Amino acid sequence: MGLLSKKDAKLITDPLADNNPITIQVLGICSALAITAELKASIVMAVSVMAVLAIGNVVISLMRNIIPSKIRIIVQLVVVAALVIIVDQVLKAFAYELSKTLSVFVGLIITNCIIMGRFEAFALANKPWRSFLDGIGNAAGYGLILIIVGFFRELLGSGTLLGFKVLGDPIEKTGLYAIGYENNGFMLLSPMALIVVGIIIWIQRTKNTALIEDH
Amino acid sequence: MENRTDKNSYTIIFAIVMVLIVGSLLAFTASSLKPNIAENKRLEKQQNILYAMGVNENDETSANFVSTDKAPELFKKYIKKQLVIQDGKVTEDDEAYLIDVKKEQANAKSGKARRLPLLEGEKDGKTFYIAPIRGKGLWDAIWAYVAMDENMVIQGAYFDHKGETPGLGANIKQRFFMDDFIGEHLLDASNNFKGIDVSKSNADPKNEDKTDNEVDAIAGATITGNGVAAMIKSDLKLYVPFFKNLKNN
Repeated sequence: MGLLSKKDAKLITDPLADNNPITIQVLGICSALAITAELKASIVMAVSVMAVLAIGNVVISLMRNIIPSKIRIIVQLVVVAALVIIVDQVLKAFAYELSKTLSVFVGLIITNCIIMGRFEAFALANKPWRSFLDGIGNAAGYGLILIIVGFFRELLGSGTLLGFKVLGDPIEKTGLYAIGYENNGFMLLSPMALIVVGIIIWIQRTKNTALIEDH
Repeated sequence: MENRTDKNSYTIIFAIVMVLIVGSLLAFTASSLKPNIAENKRLEKQQNILYAMGVNENDETSANFVSTDKAPELFKKYIKKQLVIQDGKVTEDDEAYLIDVKKEQANAKSGKARRLPLLEGEKDGKTFYIAPIRGKGLWDAIWAYVAMDENMVIQGAYFDHKGETPGLGANIKQRFFMDDFIGEHLLDASNNFKGIDVSKSNADPKNEDKTDNEVDAIAGATITGNGVAAMIKSDLKLYVPFFKNLKNN
């Protein structure tokens, strides 16, 4: 491994598990609830957040010495909003199909707490390259949880994965449905996303007891 | 020691410069990309209309439009007439498909006359009447292109939405939902306009009964489904006089 130093590599691997934005820092829960009813949407959201967070982190990091501390949150908001709008416009002009798939997510990206959180906690105090890695790492940690939740919600709620009927056809009663299996419609509602995230947190902290906070 | 960036004057100047830069950057991007975006939207309308009348590249389960570079040519080939209905009068207009339904609905609300676009398509000797309609879902606008025959029996439909929940309301643009409308009658047995209910208590999930004025709702998407039913009821009803005339002549 000559590409990344040990310290830099940690910026990417840490948020995947022991410092995961969703399960440990409890950031970005809102969008995790909203869009994980199907796997495809989870993946698209994960990729979009990664792009915005990585670029945004670099921009904020480049400006870190000239941003007045009194209005730094506003500056961060302006940067992320401008970035998202430009990306949205460019997609609409040159990749219209893709922009239609992304439509709902664009608004959600701006409001994602992870983005503001990383700008504030990391990019304002670190060099661009490290901020870039931090953005990639945190977005990956966020995306990982999104994809896990999306996987279970789509599988158990609709009996499909990425739209493919993996468990058989519920109306024609083929596959698993032939022996009396039923989709759990409750999985499609947002409370179940919270419960799935809760189960992930439970498993993660059982495996690594150092993560349990004592009060 | 006070930091240079903590000064009020610096903060204000920074804010002004930032707003100017970001503002002009956004304005520049928006205006330079505007023609491309408008063209994309126009092609999408053509694709949607063609889709509704069955000119599409659907495979077994997914909905696929004809490609954007073929759309204008196919649109010319299949769409024979573009009509505008206003106050009961029917006129031809080659850009009827570009009429903004949202604007017309607002006009109607403020008491002005509403122009109703209707496209007449022909495929394999069959005539289709395609109407664009628009309504409200859970979060934002939903709209559709509905192709009917002269008896107001639906021949095809394309639904779309601005921001319905992925996996729930957003599924109105999935084949399993849109295809349910094909063959459904908009009129009831005594030829009065009834619309189509998106029903949760539908006793016909396989959708074999085409004259029940009902299709099966999507679980978890009640409000979007109600929006679809409401949009069909309110907007397609306006076309009833046209179809009555058509039959009488």
